[in-house]
Amino acid sequence: MRDLINDIFVSNFDNPILSQLEDQASFELSNLLQYGDRLAFTTDSYVIDPLFFPGGNIGTLAVNGTINDLAVSGAKPLYLTCSVILEEGLSISNLRKVAQSMQVAAQNAGVQIVTGDTKVVDKGTADKLFINTAGIGVIPTGINISAHNIQPGDVVIVNGELGNHGTAILIARGELALETNIESDCQPLHSLVEKILRVCPQVRAMRDATRGGLATVLNEFAVSSDVGIVIQEQSLPIQKKVRGVCEILGLDPLYLANEGKLLVTVPQDYAEKVILEMQSHPAGRDSCIIGHVTNSHPGIVLLKTIFGSERIVDMLVGSQLPRIC
Amino acid sequence: MLTTKTELIRVYGTVQGVGFRPTVCRLAKIYGLFGDVCNDGEGVLIRVLGNESAITDFLNKLWQECPPLGKIIKVTRQPYQGELKCDNFAITQSFNSQVETTLPPDTATCPKCQEEIFSPYSRYYRYPFTNCTHCGPRFSIIYALPYDRYSTSMGAFSMCEECCKEYKNIENRRFHAQSIACHICGPKAWLERADGKSVTAYMFSMLDDMDAVCTLLQKGEIVAIKGIGGFHLACDATNDTAVQKLRERKRRRRKPFAIMARDTNIIKQYCYVSLQEEELLVSSAAPIVLLQAKQFQPIHTTINKKLEIHPLSCLIAPGQNSLGFILPYTPLHHLIFRRIHQPIVLTSGNISDYPQCIDNDEAKEKLSKVADYFVFHNRDIVNRVDDSVVRVVNNKLQTLRRSRGYTPEPINLPPGFTNIPQVLAMGGELKNTFCLLKNGQAILSQHLGNLEHAAAFDTYQETLNLYLNLFEHQPKVIAVDKHPEYLASKQGNKMAVANQISIEYIQHHHAHIAACMAENHIPLNSPPILGIVFDGLGYGEDGTLWGGEFMLATYQQFQRLATFKPIPMIGGEKAIKEPWRNAYSHLISALGWDKLIHRYGELAILKVLKSKPLTLLNLAIEKQINSPLTSSVGRLFDAVAATIGICSEEISYEGQAAIEIEALAQNHISSNSEEKLSYVFTTKVLDKMRHIDSRPMWQSLLDDLQNQVPMGVIAAKFHNGLVKIIVKLADHLCQEYAVTKVAFTGGVFQNSILLERVKTGLEDMGIDVIDHSLIPPNDGGLSLGQAIIAAAKFIKSR
Ligand SMILES: [Fe+3]
Ligand SMILES: [Mg+2]
Ligand SMILES: [Zn+2]
Ligand SMILES: [Zn+2]
Repeated sequence: MRDLINDIFVSNFDNPILSQLEDQASFELSNLLQYGDRLAFTTDSYVIDPLFFPGGNIGTLAVNGTINDLAVSGAKPLYLTCSVILEEGLSISNLRKVAQSMQVAAQNAGVQIVTGDTKVVDKGTADKLFINTAGIGVIPTGINISAHNIQPGDVVIVNGELGNHGTAILIARGELALETNIESDCQPLHSLVEKILRVCPQVRAMRDATRGGLATVLNEFAVSSDVGIVIQEQSLPIQKKVRGVCEILGLDPLYLANEGKLLVTVPQDYAEKVILEMQSHPAGRDSCIIGHVTNSHPGIVLLKTIFGSERIVDMLVGSQLPRIC
Repeated sequence: MLTTKTELIRVYGTVQGVGFRPTVCRLAKIYGLFGDVCNDGEGVLIRVLGNESAITDFLNKLWQECPPLGKIIKVTRQPYQGELKCDNFAITQSFNSQVETTLPPDTATCPKCQEEIFSPYSRYYRYPFTNCTHCGPRFSIIYALPYDRYSTSMGAFSMCEECCKEYKNIENRRFHAQSIACHICGPKAWLERADGKSVTAYMFSMLDDMDAVCTLLQKGEIVAIKGIGGFHLACDATNDTAVQKLRERKRRRRKPFAIMARDTNIIKQYCYVSLQEEELLVSSAAPIVLLQAKQFQPIHTTINKKLEIHPLSCLIAPGQNSLGFILPYTPLHHLIFRRIHQPIVLTSGNISDYPQCIDNDEAKEKLSKVADYFVFHNRDIVNRVDDSVVRVVNNKLQTLRRSRGYTPEPINLPPGFTNIPQVLAMGGELKNTFCLLKNGQAILSQHLGNLEHAAAFDTYQETLNLYLNLFEHQPKVIAVDKHPEYLASKQGNKMAVANQISIEYIQHHHAHIAACMAENHIPLNSPPILGIVFDGLGYGEDGTLWGGEFMLATYQQFQRLATFKPIPMIGGEKAIKEPWRNAYSHLISALGWDKLIHRYGELAILKVLKSKPLTLLNLAIEKQINSPLTSSVGRLFDAVAATIGICSEEISYEGQAAIEIEALAQNHISSNSEEKLSYVFTTKVLDKMRHIDSRPMWQSLLDDLQNQVPMGVIAAKFHNGLVKIIVKLADHLCQEYAVTKVAFTGGVFQNSILLERVKTGLEDMGIDVIDHSLIPPNDGGLSLGQAIIAAAKFIKSR
């Protein structure tokens, strides 16, 4: 059984480094140096219910999520690890599907899964399948992206529709997936980032808006750089279907998870160039400016509504819980 | 025996800005005393030289002749070592020390000043900023204590010779009136067109700009008027087109407008006004008073010259049976209203739920699309204060919004709270106020509104800083609501961390009860009382949202004894705005969808529900997606309202469904005075706690709807049913826990039918009932409760 499972991953992820099957992956430093002067290193664990959903599965999520965490530092993602914990009784065909899509995702993104581990735990001690991936990338010389760099006057750009992943997952929990066909936006963003940096090496801050959504990232930006951020409700790219579902479920799309969306702030003068460049990339076709950075109300994110009023979009401590008494 | 003494006398209380020093000066002279008097941070300081018994007589007289706006709390005497010249008694410069004095609220124009502004022989004739030591702005213009001209926005205007004379003349009503002003030296008011074109006042009036406003209002124009605590928007309340225009431009669909009338006689044409209500209207606080509307007034708009009644536009307070009236409270109002016989809408100058504008430029920017004209003036409003809203229920004052005229008047704390640390309580999310405890008193801020709006949150922070400075408050404890997402709680957390202050998390409904106990002077360490708290919702200890609670409570602790059976709020906050969601939740939990469709499928509410994406809603309930459980009675009211067809789809202002269903029941009850029919609620013990189950009520309600029983009857039966179960359960719990006192609090107890009937019900059984009067039962009173609980816990831990 264990061998079988190991085999599923090894055969799928087949590449020269992995095929050594040592206890560790090893690779030439000189090889890395050609891409830049600093390493980027990240890790993330993926748990999701359901494992399969329109637009992806836990495997694509585990690969693209870690790639994106590297990418938003400006790094070129190179190597990933993959550890899985699976609950006894998980169907082998499902596991195979996950492994296959991980390999496809890695290949598409030009990264290699170079080492990994599998553990099987007793039924009931884990929920079906957990995946952890860590990733290494290299940051090009001269690139310095940080949430602390934002300046008043900067503009805030997003690379497309918000809330698709979060909504798709919610819907997939019921038997409604077919009725609504909202797909997760799960996708790698490193080549889009490469394009952005090509026209604007002065990118101030960049983050992928995963859990907690756009609202959470913008709040992190505002607090880290001690600036105010104002976003325009009418500029927010939200799919009509997503808006509809949010309307019914009473959810705020600003807080919904995405798996292929990044927020980037650039100096005003670069905004147009960056937008054009982003729009020429498949992952950035719907890129647009959604707001700007201000001197006033540091640390606070405001939403200017369609009616012209301003609402505070704060960082949620827990879930979206009604506050009205 | 004549013994000459030199004494240092301190007077504590509301003794600044009320004409106190002049009174001291006058009396001192009468009793042949020498020395001086001044304001300082702690109150009034008197240094006096004279015969010992004369000093005593002088102080006794001072207690008796305390100026009308003043209030002496305490007088202390001690020997004074310094030298005093025995040639005069003088008023000297104020100096700063620790602030312990209180600041009077803004006060409506007194009768003497009113007389002067209409007397052509007075130098105050038609002067819009006339005031004296007995009236005028106070809190709204102050930057710092002590209350002196230089620490207010009147500091920008230096007195002319005439004013100076009055200010210095001890015999004058304006002796040391800090905001004395006249045409020559004081602030000015003027009229502007919103479109920027020039105004020629003579087009509308031979007199002045204020009189021109009168003509404009009568012509149906909307005028933005800068007042005491902010801008108002005004239009003719009898002109449908004007009111409609104002509603559209202000984006305020149905929420009732307050209306101002020149005098109480005019008000009496539209409403029943009891003696008590009239006293409130003409009181120096000049609040908006909710009054029962007369039913017979015609609702069309033609003016009936014979009756001299101008019927009100039906758009003033749709779906209500009361009207909010207010009398003119500034000279500017009096001047505008001189020629106006009909009531005028006077609503806060803002768009939808925003804080009202206080600054000329801000108003120009924000209100020029709403108003046709502006009345500006050049005296800065330092502190934004809305009009207060009060009413009389059961012959008792009930405050719904405590603001202008009341704040920042301190509230004395109950016995046992004398030696307490300085506490700052941050308040709730909506109808926010904050509260400072210091020296055995509570200072409750004015109404600050919904903090989620950026502008309101800004005001909240500014006002908080102002109060902390004004009252030299250094909190030792910060109290916040337990709700993790309240902006006020987050702000409190930040302040506590930044300044290393300890923080107390207070449960929402416990705070409501404590506020009620505090205002009723229940001493610290009294035996527990039974608190009945019904409101919209608050964060519960178990992570669900509470709002229909029976709690055994002291200041330090509470125990939840009974509640309403919790129901999911599908869509979270959406369910508050769209009552059909609560109806769906309640109905399927009571009867199940199949039975509903089968038996009541033809009812309008089911047609509404059938049109909704039920699969998605069911998924939300089943997978607990944004559908928190709540025991809220406010939501139960919403559900009942939606079911019988009152704002089923959407409410346009907070509390609308509950307010309209109360009005329906009220109308029915008042025409059938002995109406006692009621729906049945049952109780059940679940998980060791008593739950009120509304399922039987729903069944009968739907049957009634099916049988086309009138809505008013259904609304009344619902109210009566609730009253019965509350009284029954409260009585039961009182016996079980040997409690003799019951407190009613929470926003739902703004419902006067409920309040009146449960009160009489319990009092008939010999149970002592307490409720709110000066403190709002809604979240406007929350911060007082938070503060006093934090103080009580501090005392206990000491
Ligand atoms: Fe409440
Ligand atoms: Mg991540
Ligand atoms: Zn006066
Ligand atoms: Zn003057």
